[in-house]
Amino acid sequence: MSKVVKSIKEVVALAGLKDGMTVSFHHHLRNGDFVLNMVMEEIASQGLKDINVNASSLFDVHTPLLEHIENGVVTGISADYIAAGLGRAISKGIMEKPVQFRTHGGRPSDIVQGRTPIDVAFIAAPTADTMGNCSGKYGPSACGSLGYAFADAMFAKKVVVITDNLVPYPMQDFSISEDWVDYVVPVEAIGNPKGIVSGTTQITRDPVGLVMASHAAQVIAHSGLLKDGFSFQTGAGGASLAAAKFLKDIMMEKGIQGSFGMGGITGYLVDMLQAGCFRSLLDVQCFDLKAVESIRTDPRHKEISAMQYASPTSRSAAVDSLDVVILGATEIDTDFNVNVHTDSNGFIMGGSGGHSDTAAGAKLSMIIAPMFRARLPIVTDRVTCVSTPGSDIDVLVTQGGIAVNPKNVELTQQLKAAGLPIVDIHELKEKTERITGTPRKLPKGDRVVAEVIGRNGNLQDVIYNVP
Amino acid sequence: MRRSMLFLPGNNPNLLINGNCLGADAVIFDLEDAVSPAEKDAARILVRNTMRYMDFGGCERIVRINSTDTPYWKLDIDAILPQKPNLILLPKTSSAQDVLEVDAYITKVEESLGMERNTVGLMPLIETAMGVENSYLIASATKRVQALFLGAEDLTADLQCKRTKESREIEYARTRLIVAARAAGVEVYDTPFTDVNDDEGILADATLAKALGFTGKASISPRHVEVINSVFSPTQKEVDYAYEVMEAIALAKEQGKGAIALHGKMIDAPIVTRAQQTLAMAQALGMERGN
Repeated sequence: MSKVVKSIKEVVALAGLKDGMTVSFHHHLRNGDFVLNMVMEEIASQGLKDINVNASSLFDVHTPLLEHIENGVVTGISADYIAAGLGRAISKGIMEKPVQFRTHGGRPSDIVQGRTPIDVAFIAAPTADTMGNCSGKYGPSACGSLGYAFADAMFAKKVVVITDNLVPYPMQDFSISEDWVDYVVPVEAIGNPKGIVSGTTQITRDPVGLVMASHAAQVIAHSGLLKDGFSFQTGAGGASLAAAKFLKDIMMEKGIQGSFGMGGITGYLVDMLQAGCFRSLLDVQCFDLKAVESIRTDPRHKEISAMQYASPTSRSAAVDSLDVVILGATEIDTDFNVNVHTDSNGFIMGGSGGHSDTAAGAKLSMIIAPMFRARLPIVTDRVTCVSTPGSDIDVLVTQGGIAVNPKNVELTQQLKAAGLPIVDIHELKEKTERITGTPRKLPKGDRVVAEVIGRNGNLQDVIYNVP
Repeated sequence: MRRSMLFLPGNNPNLLINGNCLGADAVIFDLEDAVSPAEKDAARILVRNTMRYMDFGGCERIVRINSTDTPYWKLDIDAILPQKPNLILLPKTSSAQDVLEVDAYITKVEESLGMERNTVGLMPLIETAMGVENSYLIASATKRVQALFLGAEDLTADLQCKRTKESREIEYARTRLIVAARAAGVEVYDTPFTDVNDDEGILADATLAKALGFTGKASISPRHVEVINSVFSPTQKEVDYAYEVMEAIALAKEQGKGAIALHGKMIDAPIVTRAQQTLAMAQALGMERGN
């Protein structure tokens, strides 16, 4: 028996793809991914129509999808994150059917529960053997963890592994196992390594970012959560990384050993692991080469699936054991609702990813954002889109002060006692608008272009077209 | 309290509007070296508007205007004075005459604005050999002078020596300025440490400046502000000792004694003055007595 199929062209036919079916992709190759485009081009050339694309995220490299949308090849999109290139066209109304946004936890939950069945999952694999055992840790296109691909591999009707590093059976350190895989397709390249992971992710040198990062670290230090066993997640943004660095200094000084660091893993979290700040790293996605090296060589650095990371219907998910998460926002309103789906002009340029999942799970959910970007204030009366409900957000850190959600009475007192600059979020908004002025209300279209599905499957908000 | 003074380029709107968030006790809006001649007018307007519309709270606002040998300095004063800066930093001050010339013009503008004389203070920037030698005369030239400020980069060029991290080349200038300022009864501020990435260097340099007698230190990088603030803040031990001194003095008064000893050392007037300064600073910083 051989699972190896010569080309994507053959596998599309073999897998039984028909009009109206759903195909899925993971986003571990990020902006360097070739696989989604190669597969969709083949699907288009075989004359298939009305295909639904379920991808864990879509990046600017995937803009060829626009042509498939215009030609009727793709009529449905579901993703946890859509970058600005595609997002702008979707906001302009290119699709008949609204895009469905889920969270990184909600997506695998819906796949596992059968609410979003996948006909064929195409799994880009940096290394695979001839029977489909595969991993992201090895090969010229190594991306580290394959966390977002597990639900697709386990529950799709047909599973196709596409690799540019086919090795003899059996490969040893695999992530996704052969019993889930139907076909293996070797190709010349699955991605451009430059777009897959960054060489290094840098902490910010912007003084304003450093002020916010320092505030964030101080909030954590005085939250009562920073003690042995502490668990932490942060993003790869410059200010978030700087906050992690400041936090590391505090943990080292106080001799605190945390239990785990999680998330998109960067070299900075690896540094913290190696310095003894954490016992382990739980890794659903690697952001840089140092993280990829670490997950390959350090047994304390563990790959986890998106189900284990964040699914609300898993028997347990790691987000529920999380103490602190640092998150970003394009807008936050005076009820602490956060928008990470659209920019301030209403154009889609992101998505929840793990935002809502970690905010719901963590004991302390902190947003770091400047008071304004360019001339646009970040705190508004009402966000353009509720990506994460304000009830799950505890603190907003800006350079102009720290706003605590009024539900956290005790935390407010603790932070005030520590001498941190606590401000009311309404005051922060006024203070910002004294500098920027009050923006005019956006003209809103009358057509829903995207549905934002909350992590529990509820329709949380909708995004309208930008006229 | 002016432990740290942070230079902000007058042509950088993002830094200007965030100036009050960077932790410095004072910001210095720079219209001089940071701004090219082609941008002088734009920076002047930008700084004027920043001062007009932004609330800097407890953060002092200082403006470095252009020197008197340029065509800009009067225009700078015309634009900035209505915004009531705490101080004007006057670059390349080499003689008392320089101070008197600027003082006369500021007085004229103050009068035209209906402001009380000496509302706006002057801080001569001493960065020439002549300036160092004339420092006492500069510091005592008019009541408007509130402090001296050492600028080591231009000074070392004038001295024809290399500027080094060890700063041996400015030892004389530093001590000379401190003595001149203290003799004239004004404050004195140290030159910035220019290696933004040398965390140990800034700590050593600020510690030396404090030990020599400087009131505070300027910085060209927000990254240095925290270190400077911490070096120029009293330690808990110093605050506690100051409390003890004041208690000992109170006790001596109560007992009708002229002199009193604390931990085997006589408490004299300078020690009391120092204790009062320390407590004033501790109060401003919200520091209380330790256990």
